[in-house]
Formats: sequence, structure tokens, C-alpha cells
Amino acid sequence: MEETDVILLWGSNAREAHPIYFHHVLKAVHRGAKLYVIDPRRTPTAEWADGWLSLEVGHDVALANGVANVILEEGLQNDAFVRNATLGFESWRAHIKQYDLARVCALTGVDPELIRRMARDFAKAERAMICWTLGITEHHNAVDNVFSLINLALLTGHVGKWGSGLNPLRGQNNVQGGGDMGALPHKLPGFQDVEDASVRARFEQAWGRSVPPMKGWHLTQMFEAMGRGELTAVYVIGENPAQSEADSAHAIERLKGLECLVVQDIFLTKTAQLADVVFPATASFCEAEGTVTNSERRVQRVRRALTPPGEARDDIEIIAELSRRLGFDFGTPTAQQLWDECRTLSPMHAGMSYAHLEERGGIQWPCPDEAHPGTSFLHGRLWDADATKRGPLAPFQVTEDEPPVEALDAEFPLRLTTGRRLESYNTGVQSQGYASPVFRRETIDLSGADVARLGLRDGEAVRVVSRRGAVVAPVRVDPGLKAGLAFMTFHFADEVDTNLLTIDATDPKAGTAEYKAAAVRVEKLG
Amino acid sequence: MDLRAIETPPGEDERAAVDSVLGPAPAHEPPLSARVTDERRTQLLPTLLALQAQVGWVSERGLGYACRRLGVPPAEGFGVASFYGLLSLEQRPAAFAHVCDDLACKAAGAERLCAEVTTRLGEKSWARSPCLGLCEQAPAALVTVAGQRPLEQAFGHATTDKIAAALSATPVAAQTPHFGGTGPRRLLARVGVVDPSSLDDYRAHGGYAALREALVRGTEGVLQEITLAKLVGRGGAAFPTGRKWEAVARAPARPHYVVCNADESEPGTFKDRVLIEHDPFGLVEAMTIAGFATGAERGVIYLRGEYPLAFARLSHAIAVARKHGLLGADIMGRGFTFELEVRRGAGAYICGEETALFNSIEGYRGEPRNKPPFPVHSGLFGKPTAINNVETLVAVLDIVRDGAAAYGSVGTSGSPGTKLFCVSGKVEKPGVYELPFGARVDELIALAGGVPGGKKLRAVLLGGAAGHFIGPERLHVQLSFEHTRAAGLSLGSGVVMVFDETDELGPLLQRIAAFFRDESCGQCVPCRVGTVRQEELVARLVAQRPLGSVQTELTLLNELAQSMRDASICGLGQTASSAIESALALTPFGGAS
Amino acid sequence: MTRRTVQLTIDGKQASVPEDATLLDACTSLGIETPTLCWAENLTPVNVCRICVVEVEGARVLVPSCSRKVEAGMVVHTDSPRVRTSRKLVLELLGSSVDMSLSPIFLEYSKRYGADPARFGPKAPKAKAGERDAAVPGHHHAPDGTHAATVAQPVKRDNDLFLRDYEKCMLCMKCVQACGTDAQNTFAIAVSGRGFEARISTEHDTALPDSACVFCGNCIGVCPTGALMFNVEHDLRAAKKWDESKQTVTDTVCSYCGVGCTLSLRVQDNQIVRVTSPSDNSVTAGNLCVKGRFGWGFVKGDE
Repeated sequence: MEETDVILLWGSNAREAHPIYFHHVLKAVHRGAKLYVIDPRRTPTAEWADGWLSLEVGHDVALANGVANVILEEGLQNDAFVRNATLGFESWRAHIKQYDLARVCALTGVDPELIRRMARDFAKAERAMICWTLGITEHHNAVDNVFSLINLALLTGHVGKWGSGLNPLRGQNNVQGGGDMGALPHKLPGFQDVEDASVRARFEQAWGRSVPPMKGWHLTQMFEAMGRGELTAVYVIGENPAQSEADSAHAIERLKGLECLVVQDIFLTKTAQLADVVFPATASFCEAEGTVTNSERRVQRVRRALTPPGEARDDIEIIAELSRRLGFDFGTPTAQQLWDECRTLSPMHAGMSYAHLEERGGIQWPCPDEAHPGTSFLHGRLWDADATKRGPLAPFQVTEDEPPVEALDAEFPLRLTTGRRLESYNTGVQSQGYASPVFRRETIDLSGADVARLGLRDGEAVRVVSRRGAVVAPVRVDPGLKAGLAFMTFHFADEVDTNLLTIDATDPKAGTAEYKAAAVRVEKLG
Repeated sequence: MDLRAIETPPGEDERAAVDSVLGPAPAHEPPLSARVTDERRTQLLPTLLALQAQVGWVSERGLGYACRRLGVPPAEGFGVASFYGLLSLEQRPAAFAHVCDDLACKAAGAERLCAEVTTRLGEKSWARSPCLGLCEQAPAALVTVAGQRPLEQAFGHATTDKIAAALSATPVAAQTPHFGGTGPRRLLARVGVVDPSSLDDYRAHGGYAALREALVRGTEGVLQEITLAKLVGRGGAAFPTGRKWEAVARAPARPHYVVCNADESEPGTFKDRVLIEHDPFGLVEAMTIAGFATGAERGVIYLRGEYPLAFARLSHAIAVARKHGLLGADIMGRGFTFELEVRRGAGAYICGEETALFNSIEGYRGEPRNKPPFPVHSGLFGKPTAINNVETLVAVLDIVRDGAAAYGSVGTSGSPGTKLFCVSGKVEKPGVYELPFGARVDELIALAGGVPGGKKLRAVLLGGAAGHFIGPERLHVQLSFEHTRAAGLSLGSGVVMVFDETDELGPLLQRIAAFFRDESCGQCVPCRVGTVRQEELVARLVAQRPLGSVQTELTLLNELAQSMRDASICGLGQTASSAIESALALTPFGGAS
Repeated sequence: MTRRTVQLTIDGKQASVPEDATLLDACTSLGIETPTLCWAENLTPVNVCRICVVEVEGARVLVPSCSRKVEAGMVVHTDSPRVRTSRKLVLELLGSSVDMSLSPIFLEYSKRYGADPARFGPKAPKAKAGERDAAVPGHHHAPDGTHAATVAQPVKRDNDLFLRDYEKCMLCMKCVQACGTDAQNTFAIAVSGRGFEARISTEHDTALPDSACVFCGNCIGVCPTGALMFNVEHDLRAAKKWDESKQTVTDTVCSYCGVGCTLSLRVQDNQIVRVTSPSDNSVTAGNLCVKGRFGWGFVKGDE
């Protein structure tokens, strides 16, 4: 990161959401790297940018395709890489021609010169990176958004090299680790396909139990299944969907309709309050042993520093006990024993013994054996001079601009987008436990122009209304917002349940909801 | 979050003051950018000075607005503003007096004047000031009247009446300083002769002949002549100018800068003021030659803030020179470009230290940098920079015009040419004297009319507060770099301050100790705390209340002096004890002998 | 790109180090322990404390080893009488003006160099709140020499997370650097004032919650003297309950985002009392954000 030359931060307010990652960005910036920030809001991240591209919410595909078009028009693509390492270039190229700058500017509202400048800097850089966060993925067309960014990296060859690449910044400390460990509907630990019989066979042999051979549901599908009455029992571990799901009123209704809801958490969350059974758990980062995986695929040890309070028990212990009572006793393994078992089943983790992790202060997968230092970047194979060693080539994906599901209209004229603030975290159950002097209570952030147009004043409480619900929050004038754009968080869900407003339109492949684009109006109270 | 701006909007006067430097704010102010660029930040001190001059103080709203316009973090802006003696962060009367109570003025009755000013004008309208550089007219005062058209007057022979008049914005007549000397008048050739506002008059007296000659000689020719003339810096450090210029000229990094150190603040020094006030075109021409010789297209003259007349005359000279094609693009039709600007200091002795001066220009606190790297490699904005004292630059004119041989026709073999001396204190005719190197101290004092009133000479402070006291038995010392060095002394900035038998050295030493404590930038431990301990120690010695014995105090002072000399970052701490140690050798305190 | 090496002599021994090494690096390579106070491996050297000075033959004055680059053929002495005197005086000057009692390394150096801060007389009484912040450059009350001036002043406690006890501030600049371009880039604090009245402050000495401060606490992480301290720790110390023999330090990983910052949790009586991160950690370089540093209030532990 620190040694790259151009950084595109796309839909990421890393200055607030990933502060320590942003330190590395700033090291690069101080070294002379150019930083472009693509975000509708002028965030504290954008403050540091050489170029801030303030696009209309939800038109990321158009912008990325526009950037690709500039690169192609000016002949700045990496022809050798495209030829050697990619598939589908010609048809994609033909498609990209539709995204001329005039059209892209009309869709995105971004200055064409700025697009051109970013495209040139990115394409000409020796090393360049694209990093993104939920500004890309919390859309109904999240996967297309990501594909569009990947296309840019393939076009310019900024992938599979030191100081280059594509980095999704994970919002939670073990999102990556959850995926690594198979907490995905179609994967077993180590990203091994559950529908692959030979994979299943290895797990079945180790576990002495059969593994269901079909894909499961992802979160959104689970809620849909609850709606259909197909899913009747849910076991929730460390998640607060009653407040974190888009269109939360709808989500709560579905949770209430379950026959059995079990919640395992360190807090009595809104979701836990709906549960039939609550298992008090330990805080994983300081009351339990184990590993997590960060955004750079680094597996790291967490350790127990505190004795947990009251009846709280370790997640492993709870699951083992539950399993025993359900009729399968696998004893009470330690975190290390479970990890060692995982290493025998997941080749990419095989070399990561606790001792090896300790020695290196964390290891980036894949790490096949204990002599291996881990892998700092992936996809290097695409550069191999020997075509047979390049493996499967990377395909260009044709993507089309699709506006947010919910269009603005006279009734709901403001675009509400959501995100995080520095001192808080998600639904606030953890972060409200300390006395940060920088806490603000929830606000509806608006541009000065809208506040004036609506006859409001800074700090005045207003009603924010969407097609799904309404909340009351004070107005805050944010000079970083354009007219027509509103911003809220869901950090203070107990006071202002922002997700009553958001829309649960979801991406068909990833299942992520469009938290970033709802249509609302702001009403004066009384 | 990040670079948070002070949100209170500025008042009209504050906005006007800041905008007078930065131009009007754009209609749609761009959002605060967290990335501060050097180019913007360098306007910080000029902006703060404009606030001080026009509003009368650096208010919170004014500073906040300045920081926002310049993209400077408010905490850092405050750090800079609170560094300078002439900037006030507290509201005070628009009309305000700074009364000098430094060495020469103290010897001329500054304490009496201060007492009288308090009685008649009240406590709030004035403050004490370190040396104002008007020692030949001691006691001195600087009076500022803030407003849209601020008025600043520095004057000598100050009385309460004069100060009161100046506070009510009445012009106080400027006095022509005394100047004299023996041998050829080179540095002072035009001082008191030409009209300082007239380019024609300057040319009629040989002005711009040197630049013409420089263009004929070419860069290499100029460098060679300066080196042959063995010219060394006149600011105190005596570094060979030819070597310095050559190093900059040959430095691969670009751009190059030339900087004139006109932050003349060494107590007892006023020669540069006299040169600039009376021959401003001489400095402009010399800077142009320096730019030509070192390949610099931009020059900055950093002038101490207490010199309003010098600032006005120099600014005028630069404007006139630019109008006549002697600055700017294609000077004298020779395809050579040179831009020159004046920056004012704001009351900080330490900014006379060359690297502190760069920091001050760049908009940072005037804290010296560690050396190496030296300015010839990494100076202003981190680029190769030739920085020279005013007198050094003016000496270049003669060398380039007449050649090194002619220049060396007077002076000593080790120190060719002439030198300016600032004679003040108890002499009949205090003033600036130009003498060939090698003259003796007693000859110089005699030239200045000797000690008045038939009194006996007690001591001479040679080289300024950072120099040494010598007693009557050492007045035969010859004034050249090699002779003073051999005698364990230094010429410093050419200060020769004379004290007679009625002057008590004790209070003078306390003033010197207080001066260094006040003027230490505060960066390094030996100087920041050492100057405090030194002042406390001197107070005990003068009051004859030693901790332990006088001998233990002297041992302590010796160790303190050694560590300040050895371990301080810059010359301030390194020389902060020299005058005091030399005086203690002359005058036993508390029975030590 | 290979770096050339440079040979030099330190205390009679030959050192061979990369050309961009500092004298401190060179000393370390020979196993010569050099005292440092303002230097830290994750910050740009500011060479202001001057405890690390060494004697280089041919140089007029001593040079700070932390920032001075090596040059071929240098002959260096690290324990000459001049070096010892300057180091001793630096320790005495700090010891006589600053409360260094929470810096074990300072106390150790003081013993090593025979520093006696009391030589400068009894310490002056503590300044009143705000007095030092109101100082004007170029003006101070003339001392009578009976007391040694100090920076003692009341603690500044303006928020619930950490406090600033500037009686313990030696102006090493680490907090300013950590708040600035070396890490956090927030620029909430800077040096203000001049000389002995130089001090770390926000603009106009405004309280931290009203400043640009984001409460990352990276300043606390680098403070060597305990001038910046968690309120929890300060209160335990004030109540005489701070007991390092009962404390453990456990490294784990922060749970607040996907960056994976290592947290070193210092725990006493099953309560977290301080959170830091190792300065050599590849993710954090010793830095954290407000959530990682302070956001553990939700973990109550078993009391």
C-alpha cells in the first residue's frame, strides 16, 4: 500500500471507517502517491484526495466504464497483460464504447476532465490500487459494481503485482475469516466447494458425519424464506439483524414469526430480545482464544485477556454443549485443537500453526506449510511468462449502469445514503459503551442548500420519511454534501432506527441490500 | 475531524486584513483541503502580520480565517502566531509602544524611561522590547498604530513625549544616524550621499555598474572573483561566500534560491538597518548578482519586523527596479530572470539563524534545523540556497565591479577589505563605522570620540550578546577574523558596545541572560532549560546569594556553559554563555576572584 | 538496488553500516547502547532532547546520533568526558524542570551519568491553571535565583478518556509527530509559545473535545513520561491502586473493522487499564483509532 503510486478509493470513507488502514494510504500520499476518492460525499477521506469524484449515488458502473473508455480511447491499456491474462476483451471493449464521456457525465454528474485525469493517472502508473468498501457493495447491483472495478484492473494490468491490486476493505474484523471458515452458503473452510464430492468426502471422513451436498441460503434469502414460512428456526451468533437489516420493520416481523429463535451474543440486543433462547457469549477479542482474518487475508491470533462475566461462555463451549445435547458429543476442544483440525482440511491454512502465527505476528493465506512465509498478494500467476502456469485467465465482465431501485420523485425527492462515523460502529451495541468525547447523536445530514430550501435550521428535529417508515432526527448541515443528498448512520439504532428507512432491494448474487440508496423526504415537525 | 477549521466567521476587519495578503476569498470557497502545500503556507506569517497591523492583534477569528484560507491546521497556526514577540494573541490597544530595555538602551537610561511611560501612559499601552537596532540613538522605541492604514514608527532618543506623540499617530522625525570611518568608503559609499528613493541618483553614484560587470564576467567569473577576494560572511559565522555560492551554483536540485538575512537582531547591531535605509538599491543590486551567480531565479530578503523605515525603502526600491527591468524577466536584456521579495520578521531573534529563517519564511515556527544538511544543499523549501547577510552582499558589489585585487588593497591578509562596526554605548559619536580589517579596538573608540565626560572605560562588549566582554587592558586587539579568533574572541556582527565606570555589569549580565532565555526557541533541552538556569544563576551571583559557595556556582556555570555550547542545536544556545563567562572573568561577583 | 556500506570508527571499534544509517544505528550495530528520550523507531527523529549526543572528531560541537547520518571515515567517541558532561547536564536540566518520575529509563540514565538535578536549587511552586498557557514570548518575570523554574502546573482533564499532565512534559515532540504526518495526520496539537514557555497545545489552548482531536490516543502511545495518560490509569495511580505486579499484557486483535489491529491489553483485577499496540506491528506501527484504543467499555469483565 505504502509503495503504490496511484490509489483509487471507491465508495470508501476509510479515514473514518478504517482509520489505521488509512494511515498506510497517507504514508503513500506523503511519499507522492496520487489519491482519488470516488464518493458522493466530500468525506474526511475525500479531503485528502488529489481528485474527488462526486458521483450520483448508484452510478458506479457508469463511472468505471467511462474510465475504461478513456483508457481505451487514449490507448493506455496494458495490451500484453490483456492478451496474455484475460478473456472476453474484444466483446467487452465493444460494449464499453457506449460509455462515452458525455453520457457518463450525464449519468454520474462528474466533471469529464476529472474522469480523464484519473483514468490517465491510473493507467499510466507503475503501480496502482483500487480499494473499495460498502459504497460499492451495498447496492442492488453490488456484483456488477465490483466487476466494473475488476475490469479496470485487468485493462491496465494493475493486479497480481507488488503495490498493485484490488482490495475490498472489510467492515468487520473477521468478515474475511468467516468466509475463510466456510460461513458462506456454498463453501466449506478454505473456500472449498460444498458441491464438490471429493471435498465433501474429506470433511465427512474427518468429522464422521455427512455434509449436506447442496448450497445453503445467504442472509437475504434466509429472510425471504422466513417470509415464505420455509425457514422456521434460526440460530443467530453475534449478529443484530433486527437493527442491521435494511427495512428493519419488515425484518423484525419475520423474526417474530419464527417458531424458534436462538441468539448467542455478548449483549441482549434487539434481536436477542425477540429470542426464545439466549446464550450469553464471551467477547471474542479479549475473552476468548482463537484466530481472525483481516482484510489483507492475514490470519491473526486473538487471546483471552479477561475472565468473562457471569454466565457468559465461550462460543466453542456453547456450540459443543448444544451439539452434545442434540446427540453428538465432540468433547470440549480448545480453540487450538479446532484450528489444527481446520489446518488438515483447508490447504491454504495448512502451514499456520499457532507457533508459526506467533512467530510471524500473523500470516497471509495461502500458507501451505510451516516453512512458508505467507502470500502478500494474489494472482501473480497471471504474469507468468509460461502460459501453462497462468492458470484460468481472468474474464472481462460486461456491466451496465443501473440506477438505484428506488428513483427520486416529487414525494421522496432526497437521496438518503448511509455509512459509519469514526467513533462508532454498526448498530452501536459495542461502541456506545465508552465515553467518546466526539460522539454525536444521530443526525440527518443535509446540504446547506437543502436546509435553506426546506426552511430548516441546524439542529432542528425533523421527520425523515421513506416509503417504508419514518424516524425523527435532528438536522445537521454538512458542507460535504451536495444538494439533494442526505446522510445517516445506524449507530444509534435505539434512538433513531435508520434502517426503518432503508430499502431491502438486494443484489441477486451477493444478497447485499441497497443501504446506500433510498428515497426520502424531510418534514418539519409540528 | 482532520484539519478542523475554527468555524466562527471573521469580522470585517479581520477578513480585510487576511484578504489584503491573500486576495479576496473565492466566491465558492473550496472545502478545506487536508493537504497543506508549501506554496500556500509560506503566506502564513505575512497574513498574521497583516492581522496584527490592521486589527491590532491576532484574534481567534482572524487566525481561524487565515488558517482556513491557507489550509494550515489551526493548532499549527496558533503555534506559529505564539512564537513571535510582535504578534499579540490578546487584544490590546490599537496604538501600542515597544520600548527597548536592552543593553545600549539600558546604559542610556531605559529603565527611567520605562517607569515614566508607565506613569504617564499607563501599563496597557506599551511593553518592553529586546534590542530594536537603534543603539546609536539609545534609548529607542517602536510604536505601532493599527488600522486599515497602519502606522509604524521606530525612533531613537525616545522620550515619553515622543512616544505619546507617536501613539497618537503623529509622525516623529527620523534622525540620520552617524557614520564615519577610516580608509576607503565602500560599504558606506552611498550612505548619506544618495537619495534612497531614487534609482537615478543610485545610478549616478555608480549603481548597477556591478551588475553590468557581473553579466560581462559571467557566472563563473563572478564566482571566481568572490572566491579570490576571500570574502567571508559578515553575519557572525564567517563562512567563505565564494564556496557557498559555488556549492549552490553547482547543486543539481532545482530551483535554487538566494536569501538575504536582514533579520539583524543581535543586541547592539544596527549596520544592516543603516545600509538598507540609506542604500536600498545597493542590496537589490547585490541580490540580483547573487541570483545570477548561483542560478537562482527567486530571492527573498528576510527583514526584521522592527525596521519599518527599512521595509518601506526596500519595498520601494524593489518596485522601482522591477519597473525599470532590473528585476523580473530578461534583466538588462540578457535573458536572465530574477524575482525579489521582502519578508518581514515578527520579533524573534532566533530567526536570524539561517535555518530558523527558512522555517519562518515557509510558515513554520522559527525553529532552527539540525545541520547537516546545510542550506547549500537543502535550504529554503528544501532546495539549494545561498543565504547571506546584508553587509556581505553589499561587499559583493565592490568585488564584482573592481575585482578581488582592488578589494584586497586594504585590510589584512586573512581578512581583506573593510568591515562595518556598530559602535554604541558610552562614546561621543555612536554610529556605524567602516574600517579596513586590522584596525584596533581603541582606534575605533577614539574615532567615535572616546568615552564622554572624561570617564573611565570599564568594558567593551565585542560581537554582541553572543560575543565577549573585554576589559580596558585588551583594547589593542586588532579587529580582523584571524586576530579576534587568536584572542579567543569573535567579531560577531561587528558590535562594539562601550561601558564606562558608572555602568554596573551585573544588571547588564542579567539582561543578557534574560535575553537568551526569552529568545531561545525552546526546541532543545540544553538551551531551553539551560538559559533559564543560567539566568537564575546570574541572579544569585549578582545578588551575592550563591547556592553553596561562589565557587560551586562558577563550576555549575562552567558545566552549564559547556553543555549548552556542545549540545545545543544552534548558535543561540552555543553562544548563550560566552558574554557572561567573559564578564565574570572581568568582574568578580560575591567575593570570588 | 543495493545500498553501499560505510566504514567508520566508534570508540575504537570498526563499524560497517549502510550509507543511510544514522550514528545511532551504527552504535547499535556495535552493541554500544546510546541513551535516547525523544527518539522512537516509528517516528522521524527530531533530535531535541540531546541526550544521544556523541563526539565526532573534527566537529566543533557534539552531534545528535539519532539523526546524524554516518560518513565514511568518521571517528566517533560515545563516552568521552564532553559527552558525559552534556548527557549529565541534559538529565539535570530535565530533572530539575520536569516531573520525570514515571520514566524508568530516565531514572536509569540519571544514575548512570550521576545526574543531580538538585544542584539548581529547590523547585519553584506549581503554576496556576492557565498561567503557562498565557505566557507571551519575550517576556517573563525576572527570577531571583532562589528557586529552579519548572513546568509544573495542574492536570488538564477535559474528557472522559485521557488527560494531559504537562508537569510531566519534556517536549520530546512525539505526541505532535504522532498526531501529525508520522501517523495520525490530524494536527490537533502543536508546539506553541517559545523558549521555556514552549508547550504542547491545541489552538488557543481550547479543550480537546472542542479541538480537531479524534481521540485516537496515538499521542498516549508514544508519550515517554506519562504526561498523557488514560483517565483509568491516572485514577488508579491517584488512589494508590496501580499495581504492575498484578497486571498482565495480552496481545489480541481489535474487532471494530477488518484492518486487524493488534491490541495489547493491559489488565489489572480483570479490568482493562491501558491499550496500546506494538510499535513494530506491520498493521498498526503502534497506532490505533478511538474505537480500538478506548472502545472497550462494553467489556465489563468479571468483577
